[in-house]
Amino acid sequence: MHKEFLMGNEAIAMGAVAAGVNLVSGYPGTPSSEILETVSKHRGDGTYVEWSVNEKAALEVAAGAAYAGARSMVTMKQVGLNVAADPLMSLEYIGVKGGMVVLVADDPGPISSQTEQDTRHFSAFSKVPCFDPSSAQEAYEMVQEAFEYSERYSTPVFLRPTTRVCHGYASVTVKDKAEYTVHTPDGFVKDSGRWVIFPRLSFQNHKKIEERNVTLSEDFSSYKRNQIVTAREQEGEKKPSFSKKGVAAGGISFTYALESLEDLGMARLLKVATPHPFPEKLALEFLEGLEEVLCIEELDPVIERELIHLCGKHHLSAKIYGKLTGHVKNAGENTRDSVQENIKSFLNGDAASDNISSDSTLSDPADEKPSLPIRPPVLCAGCPHRASFYAVKTAMKGRKTIFCGDIGCYTLGNAMPLDMVDTCLCMGAGLGIAQGVGHIEPDTSCFAFVGDSTFFASAIPGVVNAVYNQAEMTLIILDNSTTAMTGHQPHPGTGRTMMGGSVQRVDIEAVLRGIGLTVVETVDPLDYEASVGCVKRVAKEPGVKAIIFKSPCIAIVKTEESMRVDAGKCINCKKCIRELGCPALIIEDGQVCIDPSLCTGCGLCAKICPTNAIIDSSDTTLTDVEKQKGGGHNE
Amino acid sequence: MNKNIVLCGVGGQGTVLASKLIAAAAMEKDIPVMSAETIGMAQRGGSVFSHIRTGEGVHSPMVAEGTAHIIIAFEPGEAVRMLPYLKEDGQVIVSRRIVMPVTATLAGAAYNGEEMIAWLESHVGNLLVVDTEKACADIGSSKVLNILLLGAAIHSGALGLSEEDIASALKARLPEKFHELNLRALTYVREHSGS
Repeated sequence: MHKEFLMGNEAIAMGAVAAGVNLVSGYPGTPSSEILETVSKHRGDGTYVEWSVNEKAALEVAAGAAYAGARSMVTMKQVGLNVAADPLMSLEYIGVKGGMVVLVADDPGPISSQTEQDTRHFSAFSKVPCFDPSSAQEAYEMVQEAFEYSERYSTPVFLRPTTRVCHGYASVTVKDKAEYTVHTPDGFVKDSGRWVIFPRLSFQNHKKIEERNVTLSEDFSSYKRNQIVTAREQEGEKKPSFSKKGVAAGGISFTYALESLEDLGMARLLKVATPHPFPEKLALEFLEGLEEVLCIEELDPVIERELIHLCGKHHLSAKIYGKLTGHVKNAGENTRDSVQENIKSFLNGDAASDNISSDSTLSDPADEKPSLPIRPPVLCAGCPHRASFYAVKTAMKGRKTIFCGDIGCYTLGNAMPLDMVDTCLCMGAGLGIAQGVGHIEPDTSCFAFVGDSTFFASAIPGVVNAVYNQAEMTLIILDNSTTAMTGHQPHPGTGRTMMGGSVQRVDIEAVLRGIGLTVVETVDPLDYEASVGCVKRVAKEPGVKAIIFKSPCIAIVKTEESMRVDAGKCINCKKCIRELGCPALIIEDGQVCIDPSLCTGCGLCAKICPTNAIIDSSDTTLTDVEKQKGGGHNE
Repeated sequence: MNKNIVLCGVGGQGTVLASKLIAAAAMEKDIPVMSAETIGMAQRGGSVFSHIRTGEGVHSPMVAEGTAHIIIAFEPGEAVRMLPYLKEDGQVIVSRRIVMPVTATLAGAAYNGEEMIAWLESHVGNLLVVDTEKACADIGSSKVLNILLLGAAIHSGALGLSEEDIASALKARLPEKFHELNLRALTYVREHSGS
């Protein structure tokens, strides 16, 4: 054993490696992406890793490996589970041979997601058992235990960390390589009575699953990570004690609750590490003699409902408070401070629900802060998406249009001044929405924007649908040769895999032509005139047509170039700033200038400058004021 | 000894490396560390933070309001934003140079760094304002902002780590060609403190 400073996601990956995982698949999604990347870095020789084309494919690949007796793990974010729901629901009826962990990272807040959906519900819905770690250290150990439970009960299991566990760091005690488990798959054994899902098998297995989850609930009651904790008293400090009150919590909220109780007073604390099947026996022990219980959890009131259910089932009179009673906020993430407030009110007996509506700030209202700058995330300086959006905007000016966006960095094209994302729903949805709008409003020019990774993940059926159903629309592929938003993962169009191999690229243009599109043009968005001309030409064509804007993400291709403003020519009209909103374009002392540390020299601003005042930094034909006065420092 | 440390700034300023160095230095001394930071969309020019907690008996990586021993702010407005985390008598280290958000450039809205500094001066007892623009010019690189501010934090005495602690963490993490530059940044504030 030794200590390493690890991100929660790295700890999960190292735990899986220590458990002898044989195959890990996944699709990138914040906050889950670093897990697969870390496995890839630290995997043993026999371990296979892949970024799959989407979560459904990833889950099926991991299931196949587990059928063959391997230990497998599939990683995704919570909305990815919606994509993988179809195989998951059926897989639970079939079960697995080797241990299989379905890692789904939830995102309270939400910080980087479309929804605040709670995978613990998906666990109850699919009947797949769920492990919910509260820290990086616990996640490291829990993933190893999850493999054991999975094998013991022949079922896939969820490991469901949330953002603060995934992205929190801690000094984690980890195994040395010599202590790792070696798991050797014993291979797939043909047995159609086991592996082929039919209604009769589903009926039989459904009964078994229900029985198993009763057994598992018993088992989980003695699982060491479900526990009744007594907050440690600080030395020399005597805290008030509350013998009739208890707090129930899970995940990162458990750590907030524990620290709050250490501050505020002694009360019984139930830690729920397996929200489903719920450890009922342990929870009953916890409820024994309690009059009031406060539930602290994020997303949905899962623990709260389980306790209410238990009280009803066993005729207990304990009052259960939480999100359902308005004592804890029902949306957004908990914070150390919100939990402290919740518990303080609860212990003081004035658990008024209106306490939570006012977001607590410690500042005195009379002592107002100066107004702080708002910093919404923006497309990077030099991002080719900005040029693509601007070309479409310019070409379609004055026309009735709808711009259907999608999930990725390019969702940021919604920000002013570009304002080029009219809709965004989920991965791949822009295509369908553009078609639907077009069927109702035939006079609207309908555009769908989709990134290269998203194209492969979920847009292809939408293109087939459009062609088959004779939609009128323009598909814009924003191909930056990577999965940028989640940290630059490779995808089928890049010709690189997570195993380090170079493979045949899946060619987007060829895919589109294969589906039956006849108008498909590829253009460099940084070539402004060509791009605008291309959009004007293609948008006029009937039926489904496509433009591929191809230019690599600025984070993967570094340039040494930058632009500068020739102050002698600049009339300070600020058109560049007003039209493009590039973070490298700034105003200093009233003069538009370019921050050379941000500028990548893409030159888009130079193309739209009415006085040609923006030039390449290496251009020495200066007409700057100083130069004209003969005071230039080159002289 | 338990310390709660908050670093804040704007995506891309180097807060993450600074927090890693603090954590590595603490680990080297066998002090348990937990930390949390902004990852994802907000890194693209948004407000970012790192929370670092050291010492025994720490359960969560998140610092509670009113409990930070030190706030190291890479930007004046972000210091004001994070001030509720400061403990009574806590230390604030702040860079004088502002980062103008695109929205402010667009709206032509004035965002005044000196107003932020003035507000901090009237609200924080232990404030150390670092003239980072001059310092970076003296050192000869704008990329050492994070190390410069770490040096200031050490100099204030509130970080609980020494220059040697951070220097050895830094040498273990950065390529050798950057050592000399960063070590100059680390000692800059002490050497120019006038005392």
